[in-house]
Amino acid sequence: METLQHGTILGFWLITALVLASGAVAAFARNIVQAAFSLFFTLLGMAGYYVLLGSDFLAVTQVIIYVGGILVLLMFGVLLTNRPLERAQRGTLRLYVLGAAAGAGLMLLVLLRIIATAQWRVAAEPIAISATVRPIGLALLSGYLLPFELAGLTLLLCLVGAAYLVRRKER
Amino acid sequence: MPSQLPLITNGAVSLQAYLLVAALLFVFGLVACMARRNAIGILIGIELILNAAILNFMAFWHYGGAPLTGQGALAGPLMGVFVIILAACEAAVALAILLSLYFNFGTVEVDSIHQMKE
Repeated sequence: METLQHGTILGFWLITALVLASGAVAAFARNIVQAAFSLFFTLLGMAGYYVLLGSDFLAVTQVIIYVGGILVLLMFGVLLTNRPLERAQRGTLRLYVLGAAAGAGLMLLVLLRIIATAQWRVAAEPIAISATVRPIGLALLSGYLLPFELAGLTLLLCLVGAAYLVRRKER
Repeated sequence: MPSQLPLITNGAVSLQAYLLVAALLFVFGLVACMARRNAIGILIGIELILNAAILNFMAFWHYGGAPLTGQGALAGPLMGVFVIILAACEAAVALAILLSLYFNFGTVEVDSIHQMKE
Protein backbone atom coordinates (compact mmCIF):
# COMPACT_ATOMS: atom_id res chain seq x y z
CA MET A 1 0.00 0.00 0.00
CA GLU A 2 2.80 2.36 0.97
CA THR A 3 4.76 1.69 -2.21
CA LEU A 4 1.60 2.12 -4.29
CA GLN A 5 1.05 5.55 -2.79
CA HIS A 6 4.67 6.56 -3.36
CA GLY A 7 4.43 5.29 -6.92
CA THR A 8 1.25 7.30 -7.48
CA ILE A 9 2.88 10.48 -6.22
CA LEU A 10 6.00 9.89 -8.27
CA GLY A 11 3.88 9.19 -11.34
CA PHE A 12 1.89 12.36 -10.72
CA TRP A 13 5.01 14.52 -10.62
CA LEU A 14 6.51 12.87 -13.70
CA ILE A 15 3.30 13.29 -15.69
CA THR A 16 2.93 16.86 -14.45
CA ALA A 17 6.42 17.75 -15.62
CA LEU A 18 5.72 16.16 -19.02
CA VAL A 19 2.30 17.76 -19.46
CA LEU A 20 3.25 21.26 -18.38
CA ALA A 21 6.52 21.35 -20.34
CA SER A 22 5.01 20.01 -23.56
CA GLY A 23 1.84 22.06 -23.05
CA ALA A 24 3.94 25.22 -22.79
CA VAL A 25 5.77 24.32 -25.99
CA ALA A 26 2.44 23.55 -27.70
CA ALA A 27 1.08 26.94 -26.69
CA PHE A 28 4.12 29.16 -27.13
CA ALA A 29 6.38 27.60 -29.80
CA ARG A 30 6.78 29.83 -32.83
CA ASN A 31 7.03 26.87 -35.18
CA ILE A 32 3.58 25.36 -35.65
CA VAL A 33 4.98 21.91 -36.48
CA GLN A 34 6.84 21.86 -33.16
CA ALA A 35 3.67 22.90 -31.37
CA ALA A 36 1.65 20.09 -32.94
CA PHE A 37 4.30 17.47 -32.11
CA SER A 38 4.50 18.77 -28.56
CA LEU A 39 0.74 18.44 -28.19
CA PHE A 40 1.27 14.70 -28.71
CA PHE A 41 3.13 14.43 -25.38
CA THR A 42 0.60 16.62 -23.60
CA LEU A 43 -2.26 14.36 -24.71
CA LEU A 44 -0.35 11.21 -23.70
CA GLY A 45 0.33 12.72 -20.28
CA MET A 46 -3.36 13.50 -19.88
CA ALA A 47 -4.09 9.81 -20.48
CA GLY A 48 -1.71 9.07 -17.61
CA TYR A 49 -3.67 11.44 -15.37
CA TYR A 50 -6.89 9.61 -16.20
CA VAL A 51 -5.30 6.32 -15.13
CA LEU A 52 -4.21 7.90 -11.83
CA LEU A 53 -7.72 9.29 -11.35
CA GLY A 54 -9.28 5.87 -11.73
CA SER A 55 -10.67 5.51 -15.24
CA ASP A 56 -8.79 3.16 -17.54
CA PHE A 57 -11.47 3.48 -20.22
CA LEU A 58 -11.10 7.24 -20.56
CA ALA A 59 -7.31 6.89 -20.74
CA VAL A 60 -7.52 4.40 -23.62
CA THR A 61 -10.18 6.53 -25.33
CA GLN A 62 -7.89 9.53 -25.02
CA VAL A 63 -4.99 7.67 -26.62
CA ILE A 64 -7.07 6.22 -29.45
CA ILE A 65 -9.24 9.22 -30.36
CA TYR A 66 -7.14 12.21 -29.31
CA VAL A 67 -3.66 10.97 -30.09
CA GLY A 68 -4.60 8.61 -32.89
CA GLY A 69 -7.32 10.72 -34.49
CA ILE A 70 -7.50 14.40 -33.63
CA LEU A 71 -3.75 14.89 -33.49
CA VAL A 72 -3.23 13.15 -36.84
CA LEU A 73 -5.93 15.43 -38.26
CA LEU A 74 -4.11 18.46 -36.82
CA MET A 75 -0.83 17.28 -38.31
CA PHE A 76 -2.52 16.89 -41.69
CA GLY A 77 -3.79 20.43 -41.34
CA VAL A 78 -0.34 21.72 -40.44
CA LEU A 79 1.37 19.95 -43.30
CA LEU A 80 -1.29 20.83 -45.87
CA THR A 81 -1.42 24.52 -45.05
CA ASN A 82 2.13 25.28 -43.90
CA ARG A 83 4.23 27.42 -46.17
CA PRO A 84 7.87 28.14 -45.44
CA LEU A 85 7.30 31.76 -46.44
CA GLU A 86 5.01 32.32 -43.49
CA ARG A 87 7.65 32.14 -40.80
CA ALA A 88 6.72 34.32 -37.88
CA GLN A 89 8.82 37.44 -37.82
CA ARG A 90 11.34 37.12 -35.03
CA GLY A 91 11.91 39.90 -32.59
CA THR A 92 8.67 41.72 -33.21
CA LEU A 93 6.76 41.45 -29.99
CA ARG A 94 3.38 42.72 -31.00
CA LEU A 95 1.11 44.59 -28.66
CA TYR A 96 -1.66 42.05 -28.78
CA VAL A 97 0.72 39.34 -27.54
CA LEU A 98 1.34 41.48 -24.47
CA GLY A 99 -2.40 41.96 -24.07
CA ALA A 100 -3.02 38.23 -24.31
CA ALA A 101 -0.27 37.51 -21.77
CA ALA A 102 -1.65 40.11 -19.35
CA GLY A 103 -5.21 38.83 -19.67
CA ALA A 104 -4.17 35.21 -19.25
CA GLY A 105 -1.97 36.11 -16.27
CA LEU A 106 -4.90 37.81 -14.54
CA MET A 107 -7.05 34.75 -15.31
CA LEU A 108 -4.40 32.50 -13.74
CA LEU A 109 -4.28 34.70 -10.62
CA VAL A 110 -8.06 34.47 -10.23
CA LEU A 111 -8.01 30.69 -10.71
CA LEU A 112 -5.15 30.27 -8.19
CA ARG A 113 -7.02 32.38 -5.66
CA ILE A 114 -10.16 30.28 -6.10
CA ILE A 115 -8.27 26.99 -5.86
CA ALA A 116 -6.39 28.10 -2.75
CA THR A 117 -9.27 29.63 -0.81
CA ALA A 118 -12.38 27.61 -1.73
CA GLN A 119 -13.69 25.02 0.70
CA TRP A 120 -13.52 21.94 -1.49
CA ARG A 121 -15.85 19.15 -0.44
CA VAL A 122 -13.51 16.18 -0.62
CA ALA A 123 -14.72 12.69 0.21
CA ALA A 124 -12.81 10.75 2.86
CA GLU A 125 -12.13 7.91 0.44
CA PRO A 126 -11.38 8.82 -3.19
CA ILE A 127 -12.56 6.47 -5.92
CA ALA A 128 -10.20 3.56 -6.34
CA ILE A 129 -8.64 2.57 -9.64
CA SER A 130 -10.94 -0.05 -11.11
CA ALA A 131 -12.09 -1.47 -14.43
CA THR A 132 -14.65 0.95 -15.82
CA VAL A 133 -15.19 -0.47 -19.30
CA ARG A 134 -18.18 -2.68 -18.50
CA PRO A 135 -20.04 -0.14 -16.29
CA ILE A 136 -19.47 2.62 -18.85
CA GLY A 137 -20.81 0.41 -21.62
CA LEU A 138 -23.89 -0.41 -19.58
CA ALA A 139 -24.41 3.24 -18.62
CA LEU A 140 -24.09 4.46 -22.22
CA LEU A 141 -26.82 2.08 -23.36
CA SER A 142 -29.18 2.64 -20.43
CA GLY A 143 -29.12 5.88 -18.44
CA TYR A 144 -27.10 7.87 -20.95
CA LEU A 145 -28.78 6.55 -24.10
CA LEU A 146 -30.09 9.93 -25.29
CA PRO A 147 -26.75 11.78 -25.05
CA PHE A 148 -25.06 8.76 -26.64
CA GLU A 149 -27.39 8.81 -29.64
CA LEU A 150 -27.15 12.59 -29.91
CA ALA A 151 -23.35 12.31 -29.93
CA GLY A 152 -23.60 9.77 -32.75
CA LEU A 153 -25.91 12.11 -34.68
CA THR A 154 -23.51 15.01 -34.11
CA LEU A 155 -20.61 12.94 -35.42
CA LEU A 156 -22.60 12.06 -38.55
CA LEU A 157 -23.57 15.70 -39.14
CA CYS A 158 -19.96 16.83 -38.68
CA LEU A 159 -18.76 14.20 -41.12
CA VAL A 160 -21.28 15.31 -43.75
CA GLY A 161 -20.56 18.98 -43.07
CA ALA A 162 -16.80 18.55 -43.28
CA ALA A 163 -17.08 16.59 -46.53
CA TYR A 164 -19.39 19.29 -47.93
CA LEU A 165 -17.02 22.09 -46.97
CA VAL A 166 -13.96 20.69 -48.72
CA ARG A 167 -15.67 19.27 -51.82
CA ARG A 168 -14.46 20.34 -55.25
CA LYS A 169 -16.64 23.17 -56.44
CA GLU A 170 -18.31 22.78 -59.82
CA ARG A 171 -17.14 25.54 -62.07
CA MET B 1 -10.39 33.22 4.70
CA PRO B 2 -8.04 30.25 4.72
CA SER B 3 -5.46 30.32 1.99
CA GLN B 4 -3.45 27.20 1.37
CA LEU B 5 -2.44 25.06 -1.54
CA PRO B 6 -1.65 21.55 -0.25
CA LEU B 7 -0.39 19.50 -3.17
CA ILE B 8 0.11 16.33 -1.12
CA THR B 9 -2.27 15.47 1.73
CA ASN B 10 -2.12 12.32 3.85
CA GLY B 11 0.44 10.73 1.58
CA ALA B 12 -1.65 11.16 -1.58
CA VAL B 13 -1.97 13.72 -4.35
CA SER B 14 -4.65 16.25 -3.42
CA LEU B 15 -7.56 17.66 -5.41
CA GLN B 16 -5.90 21.06 -5.48
CA ALA B 17 -2.84 19.68 -7.27
CA TYR B 18 -4.97 18.46 -10.17
CA LEU B 19 -6.94 21.71 -10.25
CA LEU B 20 -3.65 23.61 -10.39
CA VAL B 21 -2.43 21.59 -13.38
CA ALA B 22 -5.78 22.07 -15.11
CA ALA B 23 -5.68 25.83 -14.44
CA LEU B 24 -2.19 26.10 -15.93
CA LEU B 25 -3.18 24.09 -19.01
CA PHE B 26 -6.27 26.25 -19.43
CA VAL B 27 -4.19 29.42 -19.29
CA PHE B 28 -1.71 28.00 -21.81
CA GLY B 29 -4.59 27.26 -24.15
CA LEU B 30 -6.04 30.72 -23.57
CA VAL B 31 -2.74 32.38 -24.50
CA ALA B 32 -2.46 30.22 -27.61
CA CYS B 33 -6.01 31.14 -28.66
CA MET B 34 -5.46 34.86 -28.16
CA ALA B 35 -1.88 35.37 -29.29
CA ARG B 36 -1.47 32.98 -32.22
CA ARG B 37 -2.08 34.10 -35.76
CA ASN B 38 -1.98 30.69 -37.39
CA ALA B 39 -5.47 29.18 -37.20
CA ILE B 40 -4.04 25.73 -36.46
CA GLY B 41 -2.25 27.19 -33.44
CA ILE B 42 -5.61 28.48 -32.23
CA LEU B 43 -7.01 24.96 -32.70
CA ILE B 44 -4.15 23.56 -30.59
CA GLY B 45 -5.05 26.07 -27.88
CA ILE B 46 -8.66 24.91 -27.96
CA GLU B 47 -7.53 21.29 -27.54
CA LEU B 48 -5.47 22.31 -24.50
CA ILE B 49 -8.51 24.04 -22.98
CA LEU B 50 -10.73 21.01 -23.61
CA ASN B 51 -8.17 18.73 -21.96
CA ALA B 52 -8.01 21.01 -18.94
CA ALA B 53 -11.80 20.79 -18.69
CA ILE B 54 -11.75 16.97 -18.80
CA LEU B 55 -9.04 16.92 -16.13
CA ASN B 56 -11.23 19.07 -13.87
CA PHE B 57 -14.24 16.78 -14.42
CA MET B 58 -12.14 13.70 -13.64
CA ALA B 59 -10.53 15.26 -10.55
CA PHE B 60 -13.88 16.30 -9.07
CA TRP B 61 -15.30 12.87 -9.85
CA HIS B 62 -12.35 11.12 -8.22
CA TYR B 63 -12.24 13.22 -5.06
CA GLY B 64 -15.85 14.33 -4.72
CA GLY B 65 -17.19 11.00 -3.52
CA ALA B 66 -19.49 9.97 -6.37
CA PRO B 67 -22.04 7.27 -5.50
CA LEU B 68 -20.80 3.78 -6.26
CA THR B 69 -23.92 2.71 -8.15
CA GLY B 70 -26.76 4.32 -10.05
CA GLN B 71 -26.93 7.57 -11.98
CA GLY B 72 -23.84 9.69 -11.50
CA ALA B 73 -21.55 6.85 -10.49
CA LEU B 74 -19.54 7.30 -13.68
CA ALA B 75 -20.21 10.98 -14.28
CA GLY B 76 -16.52 11.89 -14.64
CA PRO B 77 -15.41 9.41 -17.30
CA LEU B 78 -18.69 9.74 -19.21
CA MET B 79 -18.32 13.52 -19.31
CA GLY B 80 -14.78 13.00 -20.56
CA VAL B 81 -15.95 10.63 -23.28
CA PHE B 82 -18.54 13.11 -24.51
CA VAL B 83 -16.01 15.95 -24.47
CA ILE B 84 -13.64 13.82 -26.55
CA ILE B 85 -16.45 13.02 -29.02
CA LEU B 86 -17.28 16.71 -29.42
CA ALA B 87 -13.59 17.57 -29.72
CA ALA B 88 -13.32 15.10 -32.59
CA CYS B 89 -16.31 16.73 -34.32
CA GLU B 90 -14.86 20.17 -33.75
CA ALA B 91 -11.44 19.21 -35.09
CA ALA B 92 -12.92 17.65 -38.24
CA VAL B 93 -15.11 20.66 -39.06
CA ALA B 94 -12.39 23.15 -38.17
CA LEU B 95 -9.89 21.37 -40.42
CA ALA B 96 -12.42 21.38 -43.26
CA ILE B 97 -12.95 25.12 -42.81
CA LEU B 98 -9.21 25.74 -42.65
CA LEU B 99 -8.55 23.74 -45.83
CA SER B 100 -11.25 25.59 -47.69
CA LEU B 101 -9.83 28.90 -46.41
CA TYR B 102 -6.42 27.81 -47.63
CA PHE B 103 -7.78 26.93 -51.07
CA ASN B 104 -9.48 30.32 -51.33
CA PHE B 105 -6.96 32.66 -49.72
CA GLY B 106 -3.70 30.73 -49.82
CA THR B 107 -3.09 31.25 -46.11
CA VAL B 108 -4.42 30.29 -42.68
CA GLU B 109 -3.16 33.39 -40.88
CA VAL B 110 -6.29 34.76 -39.25
CA ASP B 111 -5.05 38.35 -39.53
CA SER B 112 -4.98 38.28 -43.32
CA ILE B 113 -8.46 36.86 -43.83
CA HIS B 114 -10.90 39.76 -43.84
CA GLN B 115 -13.75 38.70 -46.04
CA MET B 116 -16.23 35.87 -46.25
CA LYS B 117 -15.90 35.40 -50.02
CA GLU B 118 -13.03 35.67 -52.44
